[in-house]
Amino acid sequence: MRACEIFQAHATPPAQDLPHPQTTIRAGISGFPSPAEDYVGRTLDLNERLVKRPSATFFMTVTGDSMEGFGIQDGDTLVVDRSVNAKPGHILVALVDGEVIVKRYEILGKRPYLCSGNERYAPIPVTDLDCQVWGVVRSVIHEYPV
Amino acid sequence: MSHPMIGLVDCNNFYVSCERVFQPRLEGVPVGVMSNNDGCVIARSSELKTLGVEMGTPAFQLQQWVNQGRIHLLSSNYELYGDMSARVREVLEEFSAGVEPYSIDEMFVRFDGFDAATTLALSRTLYRNVRQFTGIPVCVGVAPTRTLAKLANRAAKKLPEYAGVCVLHGESDETRRLLECTPLGNVWGVGRRLVERLALQGIETAWDLRCADPKTIRRRFSVTLERTARELQGTPCIDMNDTDEPRQRIMTSRSFGRLTGEMSELQEAIRQHAQRGAEKLREQASHARAVLVFLKTNRHRQDLAQYSPSIVAELTEPTDDSRPIVAAAQQALAEIYRPGYRFMKAGVMLLDLVDANREQLSLLDTPDSAADRERSERLMSTLDELNQKMGRGTVRLGVRRHDAAWQLRCAHRTPRWTTQWEELLSAKA
Repeated sequence: MRACEIFQAHATPPAQDLPHPQTTIRAGISGFPSPAEDYVGRTLDLNERLVKRPSATFFMTVTGDSMEGFGIQDGDTLVVDRSVNAKPGHILVALVDGEVIVKRYEILGKRPYLCSGNERYAPIPVTDLDCQVWGVVRSVIHEYPV
Repeated sequence: MSHPMIGLVDCNNFYVSCERVFQPRLEGVPVGVMSNNDGCVIARSSELKTLGVEMGTPAFQLQQWVNQGRIHLLSSNYELYGDMSARVREVLEEFSAGVEPYSIDEMFVRFDGFDAATTLALSRTLYRNVRQFTGIPVCVGVAPTRTLAKLANRAAKKLPEYAGVCVLHGESDETRRLLECTPLGNVWGVGRRLVERLALQGIETAWDLRCADPKTIRRRFSVTLERTARELQGTPCIDMNDTDEPRQRIMTSRSFGRLTGEMSELQEAIRQHAQRGAEKLREQASHARAVLVFLKTNRHRQDLAQYSPSIVAELTEPTDDSRPIVAAAQQALAEIYRPGYRFMKAGVMLLDLVDANREQLSLLDTPDSAADRERSERLMSTLDELNQKMGRGTVRLGVRRHDAAWQLRCAHRTPRWTTQWEELLSAKA
């Protein structure tokens, strides 16, 4: 029998440690701190910073330009947290008429709207639509070509 | 009063639900998930069940409905299901230190030391949170024993008044009413043959068995059934290691004598579990389609780093052969193993079981073991005999098709939305 095919399932994402100097060290004035001291004990983990609740956090890719005004560009990666309850002002991933969209949730004149960050797109009144919140966007990752 | 209670959280139509989280258009329509290798239905949405499609139906029989757009068939995406299962478990672990996966879509959760009202409130929160955080709808059944929790879960699923959450206490009118209308066949661990024998004794419902004298039950039937009777009375006497529901999945797991981070020890444990699992498969004449491997650190040792991963590996074809099963389990272990953690427990689950005799033709694909060869040979000679007697071409080999239809089936696997950067869901801005 042939060997089986392995699919990688939710391996807890490996922590990416970054060296970080301890804040107690005053650099410059009182001479050189020991290089060893610099890196004692403390590292930073981007997962810890961006992913507050791993079980409820999903990544998505942005397509389209309607959210550029909010700093969300085509091709960016969204960090979406389903455990957050949506409030006005949040940027949401929502299901509207079977489509997955990203918009800002706002109340305009006491009515809920899904708003774009681009003048070319008018606010969409939520009440007229089959609309469901999928999750709340906690952060956006924009990678530059380097 | 605060007796220990045990909850069973069961994901509704798990594979289909995983797909629906990322494909809203599949909501409310009949959806089936197929095995990739033999093209049989291995999971159904409730709408597909309503259409009368049974588990194991070959995809080609449904092709017409697919063409007409009446139903959707997807290839299985085990990587996604494994990840979503781990997420559900993680949500449950926020509530309890005692979470035991019972299969890929069912988990036992211990609730200790809460009064009745708190237990109910907690169960409802758990029901809501799993749904909200992961997108997977679940039912929650809570009771003093696993057997009762299983029944409570069934009630939560089937009876609308429970709205997905049912908490049963050992001595209550509610429990009595439920047991009275539960036929024995729906009681955990009571097989069809046993149902017939019990009926001869006038024991037909779960309540009848509960009221029977356990010692008599043991004498006339078995220790296992005696335990079931006691569990129905509210006395816990089944623990995780002897709770097999062999028709659906097989689990073999054990805690290590002491915490270990040694890869060689883990490999040995996983090898043993996989081998034992394969033996159980052969005992009951089943084949497995996928293997789940999990590791657990000790939650009660918060001084140590915690890491309790799980992963699903799909087998190349449904099999009861120990070798591919052990190999798959070892590869899976290598995927999830990280040094620096001390594990308390390791286990192997065999998933998506199918009757071995339902797909014996696939043996022809694997003429490399002595037993297979022997069986293949016998099959071949019968086949030749038939063709000689009845005319050439009467019986032909059902070799797996590598034609367009087969390719198409594989192509229906959805993206691995949660585990591959290249396959993320896109949100329209």
